[in-house]
Amino acid sequence: MIVGGIDIITLTATLMGASTPVLLAATGELVAEKSGVLNLGVEGMMIMGAVAGFAAAVATGSPVLGFLMGAIAGALLATLFAFLTQKLLSNQVATGLALTLFGLGLSALIGKGYEGVRPPPTAKIDFGPLSDIPVLGRILFSHDWIVYLSLILVAVVWYVLRSTRAGLILRAVGESHDAAHALGYRVVAVRFAALAFGGALAGLGGAYLSLVRVPQWTEGMTAGAGWIALAIVVFASWRPWRVLLGAYLFGGITALQLQLQAAGYAIPVHILSMAPYVITIVVLVILSAIHRHGVQAAPASLGKSFHASS
Amino acid sequence: MITLVRRPTPSQFWSYATPLLAVIATMIAGGILFAILGKHPVEAIRVIFWDPLFGGNASYFRGQLLVKAGPLILIACGLAVGFRAGIWNIGAEGQYIMGALFSAWLALKMYPAESHWLFPAMIVLGALGGFLWAMIPAVLKVLFGTSEILVSLMLVYVAENLLAYMAFGPLKNPEGFGFPGSRNLQDYPSAFNHELIEGTGMHWGVVAALIAVIFTYGLMHRHITGFRIRVAGEAPRAARFAGVIPARLVMLGLGMGGAFAGLAGMFEVSGPSGQITDSFNVGYGFTAIIVAFLGRLHPIGILLAGLLMALTYIGGDMAQLMLGLPSAAIQVFQGMLLFFLLAFDVLTNFRIRFGRVAA
Repeated sequence: MIVGGIDIITLTATLMGASTPVLLAATGELVAEKSGVLNLGVEGMMIMGAVAGFAAAVATGSPVLGFLMGAIAGALLATLFAFLTQKLLSNQVATGLALTLFGLGLSALIGKGYEGVRPPPTAKIDFGPLSDIPVLGRILFSHDWIVYLSLILVAVVWYVLRSTRAGLILRAVGESHDAAHALGYRVVAVRFAALAFGGALAGLGGAYLSLVRVPQWTEGMTAGAGWIALAIVVFASWRPWRVLLGAYLFGGITALQLQLQAAGYAIPVHILSMAPYVITIVVLVILSAIHRHGVQAAPASLGKSFHASS
Repeated sequence: MITLVRRPTPSQFWSYATPLLAVIATMIAGGILFAILGKHPVEAIRVIFWDPLFGGNASYFRGQLLVKAGPLILIACGLAVGFRAGIWNIGAEGQYIMGALFSAWLALKMYPAESHWLFPAMIVLGALGGFLWAMIPAVLKVLFGTSEILVSLMLVYVAENLLAYMAFGPLKNPEGFGFPGSRNLQDYPSAFNHELIEGTGMHWGVVAALIAVIFTYGLMHRHITGFRIRVAGEAPRAARFAGVIPARLVMLGLGMGGAFAGLAGMFEVSGPSGQITDSFNVGYGFTAIIVAFLGRLHPIGILLAGLLMALTYIGGDMAQLMLGLPSAAIQVFQGMLLFFLLAFDVLTNFRIRFGRVAA
């Protein structure tokens, strides 16, 4: 099925892969923000995940270990952020920025020797006859396991937040840390855990970028994906399924933009490359315009420091 | 057991001491980092912080210091005003690019006509370019409450792509033998931002940075507007009762940041860089955020912090040449500095008590 030089089926199939890094990072950030902490360091955690995952996969020859290492690197950076903002009560916006600047620098330093190296390939899951179903087979059953893992994670996060005791505590901490503290919940510990989880997912998303999407290491390769993940959480009004929608929408635009470039449309490459960022802004504006008169969807304690004395 | 007790008012002493403490801690951590990279830590620190100022070729490097510090100080002054008001403009890099594009566009349109009016007109356009780019997040925040953090940051990527488009397309040098990049403004006397005193690195951008420091000081510490900005940042509710209009502050905070960043871009493209290329921006807009915080959002502090950051750039280049230290190591170094600064800031607002404290 080809419309205007664009193969719709290929587009839809690549969309899922293109969305996965942002989907993972946004899901992680959603959990962190639900606990009441705004971590602007997603970009830094992603790129550290990208380089750590890449290095580990090249060293061991195992992409699985690479993904694991990416997640660990992201979680470590997030723990550093948690220590600064939760224990030393530093400003969350400034600390998040520091995390991003630090991550971009450190990843460039670590990645020096890996430019031009090819990572071990990540196999697609073999669904047997399912993959041969026309149209649907290519779209749904032609991906690697991380794509499916990201979908499972969205479902798990949705379920845990909505229907479990742990999810309820997390949300309580995010809505009113003083009330949660008064009830005897350990606000700081909950936030440490939520941030580490968010960091692990951001790192995993970064590793997916360097191991599967591109697949190679280049300096600054996340190119704003972490910031877009932050925007998607706002877009989603802090709801997991809408994060999925937002990420796939964004992935669709990225995939379409790349295909338009390949199809040889007479639009300059650099103008096309602006599209994802411009569209993110437009979507943010539309959403904030709608929410201005509606209910405030953000967790009430988002971005505020918690100190037991105050 | 260590507990933190909130101070009734932030400590004056520690607010001055923490930046120094952070610099020292960063040097130690940096030394460890350099040791891991297989360099002699003390030597690396000496090459970065001592040699550019007092070493063999110091006279050349001292000039470079002003060239690098100028844009950092200029941008950081504008950012500090916004940060004080609680407005997070983190897209200075984009505003810097737009200032350069606007002013370079004018100069390239006028080429090769010579006129005394061209350079002042470029200054105006540079400021305007940055200002307008910053007005996008400002207006969106005022009208719709859209996060200025995300919008200003997204616009950096848009500006970077626009820069590349211009460098390869409309502003490309017609006599450039197919090489990307615009004409070099250094060869265009009316547009060239030349050195004011030979060999010092002192150009109009450095003068502008000094004026910005004085202007920002006057605005923030001697004028009612600065008082309003600070109240709005520290106690938004109190500010509203005092008749501060938030929309105006958003416009002012982002607008000033944008205009100053645009100016920095203008002085850079007409001077040290000379041309529009796709690699024109080198991250001054982001480093300026560190400068603003290291300088405690105070103009005089920013002046000192800007010089220190410029030193790490130059020292980093030197260390790369002499010791083969990767350039990214300096980026890590700068990031660590901000981390330590934020960490030590706890001492400004809290007292540390050992042992249990009665609640």
